[in-house]
Amino acid sequence: MNARNLLIFAGGLLFGVGLAISGMTDPQRVVGFLDIAGNWDYSLAFVMGGAVTTLGLSLIAWRKFVGDTGWFGTRLPARDPDPIDRRLVFGAAIFGAGWGLGGFCPGPAIANLAALRLDALLFVAAMAVGMILARVVARADCE
Amino acid sequence: MFSAPYSPAHALFGGVLIGLSSLLVILVTGRPLGISGMFSRSLVPRPGDWAWRLVFFAGLLAGAAFAFHTVDTATLYRPVRSLFALAIAGVLVGFGTRLGGGCTSGHGVCGLSLGSKNSLVATLVFMGTGMVTVFVLRHAGGALLP
Repeated sequence: MNARNLLIFAGGLLFGVGLAISGMTDPQRVVGFLDIAGNWDYSLAFVMGGAVTTLGLSLIAWRKFVGDTGWFGTRLPARDPDPIDRRLVFGAAIFGAGWGLGGFCPGPAIANLAALRLDALLFVAAMAVGMILARVVARADCE
Repeated sequence: MFSAPYSPAHALFGGVLIGLSSLLVILVTGRPLGISGMFSRSLVPRPGDWAWRLVFFAGLLAGAAFAFHTVDTATLYRPVRSLFALAIAGVLVGFGTRLGGGCTSGHGVCGLSLGSKNSLVATLVFMGTGMVTVFVLRHAGGALLP
């Protein structure tokens, strides 16, 4: 494995540990976070808060002290690659409905595969079907 | 460390790790990191631009497996729906994330951290419809769904 893939593997490791510790892999907790009218469990707000603060501040510091370049000759991603359009809003709305229904978003569902859960396997397979459908119907990810 | 019971400190620490992971992968690849986009593109093999995504997912599975076995709060898993409902949810999540260009990680973490306006809009929308869905299912007679 080359240095680039070794770092990407390390990134995946951190992501998997982070997801499992954060509570995002427990569907009941996710639904509890979305249930603002019930006994609201706000704790998962700290996941996004912690991640955005860490990444946001790191990127600001990186741009200030290093510049717009990453490692291996890459450039940091631009701010707004796509316009805000109907696809974005529609897609996000459908995603949210599925998230609320199952208590799974893509990362935690994939992480739960590591525990060999049938729920996660079925969900991830169905998610792949939905993604292929988006390619065929809406030409998403066909660049 | 990280013994039960689960607390917002677990959420915060997990979030910081996700932020550090995203930083690492962004610096290496120069692309915004999003799980739904990486997973979707890994479904269609393309020489030269494919293996690294599988490497990331191998790492993610190894990291999750490690945490499931070493952190007692991480073993908590309480499904909320039947397999039938989960299959529908999976299709909605797959279709919606690709139409909208991102999920909780791509828009909610990476996009917001980059200061992207479309990610802010997408995040507010999916949080909103997620809350509405849970409200309907839990408080407005949606108990009909298995």
